[in-house]
Amino acid sequence: MSVQALSKDEFDPASVVTSDPVVRVETISKHYGTVEALRSIDLQFERGKLTTLLGPSGCGKTTLLKIIAGLVPATSGQIVVNGRAVTGPGPERAFVFQDFALMPWATVLRNVGFGLELKGLAAAERNRIARRYIEEVGLQGFEDKYPHELSGGMRQRVGIARAFAVNADVLLLDEPFSAVDEQNRRKFQEDLLRLVEMERKTFIFVTHSIEEAVYVSDRIVLLSPRPGRVSNIIDPRIDRTADPDDIRRDPGYLDVVEEIWQSLRHYAE
Amino acid sequence: MTLFGYRIPMMASLIVWALVWEIVGRMDVIFLIPPMSAILAAGVDLVQTNSWQNATWVTIRSFVIGMALAIGIGVPLGVMMGRVKIIDNIFGLWVNIFVSAPLSALVPVLMILFGMGEATIVVTVFLFAVWIIVLDARAGVMQVPPSLIDMARSYGASQATIMRKIILVSALPEILAGIRIGVIRGVKGVVIGQILVAVIGYGELFELYSRSFDMERFWALTLVLFAAAMVLSALVENAEKRIEYYAGAR
Repeated sequence: MSVQALSKDEFDPASVVTSDPVVRVETISKHYGTVEALRSIDLQFERGKLTTLLGPSGCGKTTLLKIIAGLVPATSGQIVVNGRAVTGPGPERAFVFQDFALMPWATVLRNVGFGLELKGLAAAERNRIARRYIEEVGLQGFEDKYPHELSGGMRQRVGIARAFAVNADVLLLDEPFSAVDEQNRRKFQEDLLRLVEMERKTFIFVTHSIEEAVYVSDRIVLLSPRPGRVSNIIDPRIDRTADPDDIRRDPGYLDVVEEIWQSLRHYAE
Repeated sequence: MTLFGYRIPMMASLIVWALVWEIVGRMDVIFLIPPMSAILAAGVDLVQTNSWQNATWVTIRSFVIGMALAIGIGVPLGVMMGRVKIIDNIFGLWVNIFVSAPLSALVPVLMILFGMGEATIVVTVFLFAVWIIVLDARAGVMQVPPSLIDMARSYGASQATIMRKIILVSALPEILAGIRIGVIRGVKGVVIGQILVAVIGYGELFELYSRSFDMERFWALTLVLFAAAMVLSALVENAEKRIEYYAGAR
């Protein structure tokens, strides 16, 4: 098994330019009043790849994700998706929420089909699509249950199925597994890798867990806090055909985790 | 409640107190308390009279109009206050003053403004009921999780759709709770209004019976009102329970 970490000690923005960027973040800055949350962020996200925004709390990673989603306006700079500058949410992007954001009064089926319902699809059509994605995330048999009848892990599966159902090019995941217990987290990470493989979409993933980032990412963008800036970009280059447990014990994997920890540790405390 | 191992239904305590009342009434200690059986007989008699039926019709009409206005204005105002900061700033203080104010004191002023008639009663019902409806609708809207609104936005929902499919549905338990308390307050409003105005509906009857010391009819009318208020409250509560399955679970 070959696991190598390729990272640059000195971050060079020019080398980040990729051949087929789906999402381009161009000199994005964000101020909340006098607080500078993000300073001049430039990033590109490749098609079919999973990129993680990683950093300590207060580095603005969720803010950046919400700006990409069009949920939060940037103070300056622009977001370009599929070659078009965007100012609000759009059908080519789907968001997975940290707190699941499920409608407690609606069944799993209606929750998963809600994006399609808002698009105006007929009930029969959206239920058919919703059922397919409910099955894909392993929730068949729970279509008529309500969110409060499900565990935290199952609720997030509903959130992920809802995002897949609208067939967006870009999936934005905001710490999707942080409210899920540790056993389920690992299962989730493996399922996520399977979905990345199957769906060939662009994933932008926010987490504060270094292990999680190294395990699932094709590329990791390290952000430093106050104000949020890109401090480093790391490609873990992990052989994902290997057994998940072997990957987690592999020296290469552990080296990348250690390297990221070294670069982040001075932000702790 | 259980007594000597037997389950006693809640209604049993009513029967016990009715019996006590009956005994005290028959002892003829005070003219204010006629026997319960005489009151019930007077009640059966009362509901067949023209004056009672007219009074009931007038009362129901003012109550329904007043409540319709209170809900029709209160819910939208509360929802707007929950969503728009500036509207909340404009109305918040006033709503909080009025919700706890002794509104009965305002009825004489209302009589001057709206005359000694039904309009005053309608306004009294409205003023008694509307504030709690506003406050509860506002509270319901403010507890809607922001991520749920973000979710709808991210899937392309318009402001109107967000209002209809997320905010109103999410706030429904609080809105209904406000309406239930509003209904109970409205019943108080209609009775207090009529008694203070004293020339229409039940107010006229109360005035008539207490002046002529017709205590049987006076109490019969009181019992009818109590029962009506309880039935109304139970009806709204029943409507609330239907949506409780998710209200308790969020």
